[in-house]
Amino acid sequence: MNREQLAARVLELVTEIAPDVDPASVIPGIDFRDQFDFDSMDTLNFAIALHRELGVEVPETEYSQLASLDKCVAYLAQHVS
Amino acid sequence: MASEFRLPALGADMDEGTIVQWNVAPGSVVKRGDVVAVVETDKGAIDVEIFQDGVVREIVVQPGTKVPVGTVLAMLEGAAEPSASVGQSGAADGSPPPPVIAPAADAPSPVQPAATGARLKISPAARKRASELGIDVATLQGSGPAAVITLEDVERAPGPSRVKAEMAAEPRAGEGMREAIAAAMSRSKREIPHYYLSTTVDVTPATDWLAAHNASAPVAERLLFAALLVKAIALTCAELPGFSGFYRDGRFEASPAVHVGVAVALRGGGLVAPAIMETAGKSLTALMDDFRALVMRARAGRLRASELAAPTIILTSLGESSVDAVFPIIQPPQVAIVGAGEIVTRPWVVDGAVQARQVVTLSLGADHRVTDGRLGAQFLARVAERLADPGSL
Repeated sequence: MNREQLAARVLELVTEIAPDVDPASVIPGIDFRDQFDFDSMDTLNFAIALHRELGVEVPETEYSQLASLDKCVAYLAQHVS
Repeated sequence: MASEFRLPALGADMDEGTIVQWNVAPGSVVKRGDVVAVVETDKGAIDVEIFQDGVVREIVVQPGTKVPVGTVLAMLEGAAEPSASVGQSGAADGSPPPPVIAPAADAPSPVQPAATGARLKISPAARKRASELGIDVATLQGSGPAAVITLEDVERAPGPSRVKAEMAAEPRAGEGMREAIAAAMSRSKREIPHYYLSTTVDVTPATDWLAAHNASAPVAERLLFAALLVKAIALTCAELPGFSGFYRDGRFEASPAVHVGVAVALRGGGLVAPAIMETAGKSLTALMDDFRALVMRARAGRLRASELAAPTIILTSLGESSVDAVFPIIQPPQVAIVGAGEIVTRPWVVDGAVQARQVVTLSLGADHRVTDGRLGAQFLARVAERLADPGSL
């Protein structure tokens, strides 16, 4: 997957967990938490979705690297085979 | 034997809903627990389950119709009497419910007439208002002392204009929910003599335990601190009476089962508090699964009626809002609510020396008609003790 595809997939998963968020409104450089109150429950559900959909198991200690769309793409680019 | 399937109440703050869709038709065979309809409420779209077996004979209320709680939605044929041991029966069929599902009976029900033959007890203001609204007072149930019909009962009653089925207007869920919260919280502050307690607890053992657990567990089995807290509350409720149950008709009814509700803030504004059913008997993993699923469905607006009606006590956690403590307001007819602030690192004295520890302030809002501060203090202390030994949860 290239970065664009990764970003699209991440956006899909994030808005599946936060169905009340408009995907078009997500700003890539700003943390999900600051944009739409993504909390620890959302983050856990997101980590589970990443594992289920992309096969990436993100350790809890690395959750901070999933904080924004840009960070997710950078992280996943390294971990998705 | 024919029986009626009524719109169940969803706690103290919902009194009407719009039928969005039927999952069954005349002739459909239904069994207890089936989701038979989707109803749009102030709390979003709710899956409404049926709590008896039978065959659908007639759909009484068509999609697009807004009706008050207690309205007959469908008729069933061959339905057995709901078993008294089934905790949910009262929520669905409008019959006097067993204590476990008490909120169903708490909401005003236009279909339960006041006891016939008994002299009607109604306050003068309520009688006047009822006459203004064209409401037949004989159809009202009193919530005041000795079941006196109060002004509030009249205001909340579905009057002729409100009973009349109206087509669903533009969805204004946010506004409706705000009104529902206002009604429930106003009632709480008006009726419930709250007392509040708080204690700051060193939860380092719990956070250390969680970090270790989550480092080794598969991602789908990771836990959040709130799950430990929910379990600790449930076990404590099972141990100390007076915190899990409902205050109705001037007295407290303990709930035999503990269903801890978890307050979930919605991004569109407002909040819901669906229950993790049978909380005390669940493993942490099972509890966490339910908790995650509840939050997802709450945000997607797909909670079940039984989940919203069931909580016997609520946890409201503002752990991610950077506040130290919550002074929580009880959701009637419940009698207690536990609050948790943010977990923060603070200097703390352990064995005579100052250390950096993870601490959280737990609070309790409880009903003074049922318990006193001494028992409330014991309650918080027992929750704290359980968090100190997370392996036992």
